[in-house]
This record gives sequence, C-alpha cells and structure tokens, in this order.
Amino acid sequence: MPVVIEKTNPNVNKESIIQNPAENKKVVYNTKDLNLWYGEGHALKNINLAINENEITAIIGPSGCGKSTYIKTLNRMVELVPSVKISGEILYRERNILDKSFKVEDLRTNVGMVFQKPNPFPKSIYENVAYGPKIHGIRDKKILDEIVEKSLRGAAIWDEVKDRLNQNAYGLSGGQQQRLCIARCLAIEPDVILMDEPTSALDPISTLKIEELVQELKEAFSITIVTHNMQQAARISDKTAFFLNGEVIEFANTDKIFSTPSDKRTEDYITGRFG
Amino acid sequence: MRVLKGVLHLAKSAVEYDKKKLNVREIIQQKKKTCSVNNYTEKLIPKILFGIAAISVFTTIGIVLTLITETIAFFKDVPFIDFFTGTQLKPLGENAVFGVLPLLTGTIISTSIAMLVAIPVGLMTAIFLSEYASEKTRKALKPLLEILAGIPTIVYGFFAFTFVTPLLRSFIPALEPTNILSPGIVMGIMIIPMVASLSEDAMSSVPNAMREGAHALGATKLEVTWKVVVPAAISGIIASFVLGISRAIGETMIVTIASGSSKNFTLDVTQSMQTMTAYIVEVTGGEAAAGTTLYYSLYAVAMTLFVFTLIMNLLAQYISRKFREEY
Ligand SMILES: Nc1ncnc2c1ncn2[C@@H]1O[C@H](COP(=O)(O)OP(=O)(O)OP(=O)(O)O)[C@@H](O)[C@H]1O
Ligand SMILES: [Mg+2]
Repeated sequence: MPVVIEKTNPNVNKESIIQNPAENKKVVYNTKDLNLWYGEGHALKNINLAINENEITAIIGPSGCGKSTYIKTLNRMVELVPSVKISGEILYRERNILDKSFKVEDLRTNVGMVFQKPNPFPKSIYENVAYGPKIHGIRDKKILDEIVEKSLRGAAIWDEVKDRLNQNAYGLSGGQQQRLCIARCLAIEPDVILMDEPTSALDPISTLKIEELVQELKEAFSITIVTHNMQQAARISDKTAFFLNGEVIEFANTDKIFSTPSDKRTEDYITGRFG
Repeated sequence: MRVLKGVLHLAKSAVEYDKKKLNVREIIQQKKKTCSVNNYTEKLIPKILFGIAAISVFTTIGIVLTLITETIAFFKDVPFIDFFTGTQLKPLGENAVFGVLPLLTGTIISTSIAMLVAIPVGLMTAIFLSEYASEKTRKALKPLLEILAGIPTIVYGFFAFTFVTPLLRSFIPALEPTNILSPGIVMGIMIIPMVASLSEDAMSSVPNAMREGAHALGATKLEVTWKVVVPAAISGIIASFVLGISRAIGETMIVTIASGSSKNFTLDVTQSMQTMTAYIVEVTGGEAAAGTTLYYSLYAVAMTLFVFTLIMNLLAQYISRKFREEY
C-alpha cells in the first residue's frame, strides 16, 4: 500500500547529494553562514551546521539562544514574522531554500514540523491526519483511509484512537494530541521532521513514548529535535548542537558532547551551571 | 552526576529565598480580620445583580403577553387561516382584507437581497482584515467600518431613495421609483460592517498555532484560511450572519422610505413592496383607533415578526452548535 504523494520537489538527483566527508553519510541540510535578525535583534549568528540523513540531531541551549528560530528557519516558518531578515545559505538536498525561487510550500511538503504545544486542528482525528494529503490533492477515500491508518500506526497511537476516528481531536489527552500531530506530519511522508520541544508539555510516560517513537522514525526520516531536557538529548540523539546567544558553540557526536565537551561553555551548560 | 550538581545549585537558591521571607501570610490574615464589611457586600451584590437582570426579563415577558392577548383579539375578527394564506392586504376602507403574505414576502425578499450583499462582502472583508492585512491597514480600516455602522438608518433610507434608486434605474429602466431592490441593497451595505467585524473577531481569535500547523504541512495561505481558519471560526461567523439577518428583518426606516407602501404580493424586485416593519410604521402613523381590526392587525403583524426572528435565532443556534469546532 504505497502512499502516493507527488514530491514536486527537488530532492532527486541522488548522485549529486553531498557526502559528509567525516562519516560518509548523506547530508540533508547544510547551513552556511546563516545570520538572522528580528528587526534589530541579531538572533542567529554565523551558523554552520550539517544535518545528516537518518540521524537524530538534537539542538540544546539556554532559553532565548535561538533554537526555535533556527529550526523554524529550516522550513521558513520564521518568515511568518514580518520583521525577519536572513542572510547566508541553507542547502536542503543541495538547493538553497532561502532562494526566492524556492517555493516554500514545496519545502514544507518535504519537511514536516511538530510544535512545542500540540496543535491539532479543531476537526476529527481522521480529518487531522487526512488534512495534509487532502490539500496536496489526494481525494480518493480508500487511499486516504490507508494513509490515516498507516500514519496513526507510525505515530504509535492507532490502537488508542481506532474506534474514535470521527471524534474531535481535542478530546484526546495532551500526549495523544502530540502523537496525533506527529501522525499528521507523517501523513505526507516528509523527508525531514523538525521537532521543537515536542515533549515539554507532556507527562513522563507520554514523553517516553514519544522518545521511543522518534528513535523508530529515524529509520525512515531525518529528525532534528530541539530540547531543554539534557537526558533526552543524550538518550535519543546521534549528534548534538549546543547553541548560546545565537551562536553554535559546539556541534559533535552526542556521546562526545556529553562526555568530553571541548568547550568550557558546553560543559557549564550540561552540568547545569547556567541556563 | 553532572545533572545532580545542577540540582544542588537550584536547591541553594531556594534557601536564600527563604531567608528574605516577608511574612506575607500574616499580613493577609490581619487584612482579613479588618474587612468584615467585605463579606456583607459580597453577599448583597449578587442579589442586586439578580434584581437588575430580572427587570429586563419581566419587561420581555410583559411585551410578549401584550402581543399575545392583542393578537388573540385580532384572530376573533379575522380567521387565522385567512391571515396567513391571504395574498391581499387592504387594511383600509369598507371591505378591509387582512392577508399577511404580501408583508411576509416583502420582508423575506428585502432580507434576502440584503444578505446577498452583506454575507459575501462582509466575509471577504473579514478574511482580508484578519488574514491578509498588515497591522497598519487593519488599524486604519476597522474604525472606518465602525463609522459605517454608526450612520443612522434614516440616512441610509434617504441614500437609497435619492441616490441608489436613480443609479439602478439607469441600468434597469423598468425599476419603479419605489422598489424593494434598492433598499435591499442599501440594507446589505448597512449590515456589512456588522458581519465583517464579528466574523473578523471570530477569525482573529483562532489560535495562531493552528495556522502554523497548516503552514507546516505545506498549505498555501488560501488553504490555511479556507480549510483551517474559517472552519475553526464558523460558529462565530454564522452568528454574525444571523445577527445580520435579524437586523435586516427588523430594519424599518430604509424600506419605509425607499420601497413605498404598496402591498404587492409578488416576487418581482423592481416593484414596490411593504415589509412587516414598514406596515407597522404606516398604520401607527395613521389613525388606528383602539379596538378596531386595523389596530389589532398591528399586533398580529408584530407577533408574526417576533416569531419570525425567534425562529431565525433558534435556527442559528442550532446551526452554529452543529458546526462548532471546539478548540
Ligand atoms: N517574533 C519575534 N520577534 C522578535 N524577537 C524574537 C521573536 N521570536 C524570537 N525572538 C528573539 O529571538 C531570540 C531567540 O528566540 P528563540 O525563540 O529562537 O529562542 P529559543 O532558544 O527557542 O528559546 P526557548 O528555549 O525559550 O524556546 C530571543 O532573544 C527572542 O527574544
Ligand atoms: Mg523555543
């Protein structure tokens, strides 16, 4: 039951995809000298980061350091703020998404996002998941049914909701709503999933479920996750980037960051001396 | 273990906070003792509020009771069936005939024309203001709308009669000098601000997180607006339509001035028609001696009008409950 979504976008041309020299892994996102301002406020300063395919990249850092801003730049949601100015390059599968000719809807069809607070639509559970496929032109009820089931299974929530697909999504618990939002995001089979503190509004058990889920999803998707929870970053991620005041202080394998960070500020942060 | 260190660090600052304690609790306790008057007013206020609320309830009941008794008196003179199936209304003269259908169609047609104007224009205005306009534009446009809403209806009536009708007649030569089309359109214009402003409120209060959720799935601005924002705000939007309809049904001045007083039973909008409200104005303005059938007919028409609006409101509540999307 292949879910058919036309990927209008560009990501094909596999030969030309850049290789990460150190590891021989494909790079999904390559950020080069990215700077971002909110009006006069310089929120991101000379960011250089490469995000690998089928890996979980964690972004950590104190409040206000620009984590959300960075992750929202990756799908250009940040542009919804009128005062934003951006310079630099973000290559997604080799194409600069900051280029004016890059259609932002295409980008977001390939790059899903899960928000800090679950934000289902005030529709039925079914309609929430079917929304994405529908706006991308899938009308066939049979295919939609399949997509909905597959996505809900993928987000580990199928068994809990299969008997109430037509009920309003706001009747679900916070943790279920968040998994529904993940399902909604899976429904258009994105290439990358961006998550901005997806578990910060949830209880420990829901958090654990989502962490497990994220690790499973990594097989099929590339995931970038912002988190305030250091253990979470340590538990689930392959790479960790430490942000401070809009700069990337350190970016390395998660093991290394949490055992032998090379920057004093990283160490201070993960040991809880500030933040 | 590193994390543990962090926890200890936090615990230390908690101790420091403790030392600076202000004894707020004691201060509160003392205040409570001195303010026993507060308790008394606290209990009295709800009773006063209830009394005030009761005034409006009793007034309403009073009005409805008067309507009902006088209407019953009317139906002693004119059979119920004749009134509601009669296509002729000739309240004056020897052989007076009281059929309400001309007034009903007049009201329904003028209201329909008004809503055909007010709903699309009002909704589009609301969508523009809430989803597309910059903060600056919105701030400039909203007061303008409120000015439009503040114009007295007599001015609209005058406008319909002296400006819109002549203008329309240059397109539709068959249009009579007094007709239902022109006041219908002008009523619609009058209602636009109401529909626009209430729908805009409903759409603006849809949380931004929902728009972001849709944008993040690759939805275009139009898809976000039509498939997320409007459905989420639908109960407020429908409420604005219904208030608009009620306003159009109850509107008096514009139709009285611009549609004349012919009691035609027709669907032809180029002709003069009378609405229920305009009939009440006409009869009240003439000399309807108390106790005559003409006098009682006022109440019967008013009662019909009342039932009409009541049904509209109930229908609206039902629709908006049915379509409500909770968030
Ligand atoms: N819409 C905005 N307009 C102006 N400044 C903003 C806006 N959003 C964020 N900022 C500023 O940009 C900086 C980075 O904010 P951002 O939300 O990216 O931080 P964060 O790392 O996600 O913090 P948190 O952990 O609290 O979510 C902050 O100084 C913030 O005040
Ligand atoms: Mg944030």
